[in-house]
Amino acid sequence: MGAEELNVLFQERIDANDKIEPRDNMPEEYRKHLIRQMSQHAHSEVIGMQPEGNWITRAPSLRAKKILLAKVQDEAGHGLYLYSATETLGITRDELIEKLHQGKAKYASIFNYPALTWADMGAIGWLVDGAAITNQVSLQKTSYGPYARAMVKICKEESFHQRQGYEIIASMAAGTDEQKEMAQDALNRFWWPSLMMFGPHDSDSPRSGNAMKWKIKRESNDVLRKRFIDKTVSQVELIGLTVPDKDLKWNEKEQSYDFGAIDWDEFWAVIKGGGPCNIKRLKHHKKAHTDGEWVRKAAAAYAQKQAKN
Amino acid sequence: MDNLNLSKFCIRLGDHCLIMAHRQSELCSNGPFLEEDIAQINLGLDLLGQAEALLIYAAKLEGGTRTADDLAFRRPERQFHNFMLTEQPNTDFAFVIVRQYIMSLYLLKTYQALSKVEDDTLSGIALKALKELTYHERHFAMWLKRLGDGTEESHERTQTAINELWMFVGELYEEDEIDFMAQKASYAPTGIEMKTFLMEHITAKFSEATLETPHSIYMTTGSKKGIHTEYLGYLLTEMQYLQRAYPDAKW
Ligand SMILES: [Fe+2]
Ligand SMILES: [Fe+2]
Repeated sequence: MGAEELNVLFQERIDANDKIEPRDNMPEEYRKHLIRQMSQHAHSEVIGMQPEGNWITRAPSLRAKKILLAKVQDEAGHGLYLYSATETLGITRDELIEKLHQGKAKYASIFNYPALTWADMGAIGWLVDGAAITNQVSLQKTSYGPYARAMVKICKEESFHQRQGYEIIASMAAGTDEQKEMAQDALNRFWWPSLMMFGPHDSDSPRSGNAMKWKIKRESNDVLRKRFIDKTVSQVELIGLTVPDKDLKWNEKEQSYDFGAIDWDEFWAVIKGGGPCNIKRLKHHKKAHTDGEWVRKAAAAYAQKQAKN
Repeated sequence: MDNLNLSKFCIRLGDHCLIMAHRQSELCSNGPFLEEDIAQINLGLDLLGQAEALLIYAAKLEGGTRTADDLAFRRPERQFHNFMLTEQPNTDFAFVIVRQYIMSLYLLKTYQALSKVEDDTLSGIALKALKELTYHERHFAMWLKRLGDGTEESHERTQTAINELWMFVGELYEEDEIDFMAQKASYAPTGIEMKTFLMEHITAKFSEATLETPHSIYMTTGSKKGIHTEYLGYLLTEMQYLQRAYPDAKW
């Protein structure tokens, strides 16, 4: 069979909602697209440990510390799970990390914003995990089997994270004036970057065409973003905070919110390395990797000695 | 043991766990590889859970005027009773492994005794912790062998960690009046029993890992009286920051 016929057969399977498995035939572009998207997702989980890890040692109660530590551990687990799923496409974790360090692979831009106060632990869980869930629930139906299964598993934990984050913000919003101010400030800083997590408008999203055709992506950026806004606004109002968007308005006809313009200049600047923490996040990851080299070498040397005996 | 002394006993043990949990949580996102990052966080979570349970009980025994969070976040440095070993920084991975291996042995022996007491709360905490500590000891012992008998560099780093941390081991079998009370009630092993247990295990494991057990080194003392190394002050400054900066806030 020629490549073209294989591609036709592949598309037929996709159209029939078959799940594609690691050993199945797949177009090289499909494989590449998945490696890019899944490794970006894995890196995001791991880099995402940094802004929250930053607050574990300063958590304000034993309970809060326990919840946050467990959450960050979950995220590390998601990263591990996603790296393994990506490896089914014929690439190693070492290669993926190498690409991250070279700046060739990306991670979610949201983690290039700093976590400045304890309220940010609430905002990140509530909004960032919340936006991630909206996207990931949709990805549970993605066409690549290992990715779809990873999403099912991960989504369960993410909804815990979102509730825990909301609980932090809610209790601060109901707390002292200073706490309320911190809560609103965190919302102000994380609202727009959270909306940006869904990516550019559909009209400006160059790779979406194939991703939709191959059913890697099941719903468009704008559809997902709107869904997130619609479910989050009432949560904001419930705890007496204000969405930092003066153009936000309920649209009776569409039964959905209209919202203000997203600052796409900021979006692209952060993606291209201009966010407040891009350099810090990558340096941190590289340093841990470099500092750990002697440990990995020791483990390998020991294993080799054991194998000989 | 009367409630007040039992409370002090629980605070000491809770402090060891809390301060170690802090050091473990500092490792988050800094591990040598992702699986180990997850493992270290997990061990930290166990210790944090033990600290919380012990401090909740200590607060109750005290009479309920302070909460577990008050104990953790509002006590000054001189009122902390964790061993100096627990507060030593994560200088490198070898320091973490050596510190935690020795403390895992200490906790194992301690929880073994506590798991048999009649006090249901304490024996409950100890039984759960005992399962966790069995895993901790195995994990750290495994790393000790990998590092000691791995490469020349890892061997050297681990021997350095041992040599530099050894002066803090003496505290683990020191005794004062609270220990004597606890021993009398069979809540704790005697100092000699603890020392024998520690030294037997440490010496055997070190030699298996081709590492040397130091001898005739001056042992430092003081944590039972609230004396610490300079590291604890910084640790508490960070840990207690929110509770101190916003004393009226509830989180
Ligand atoms: Fe996650
Ligand atoms: Fe999450």
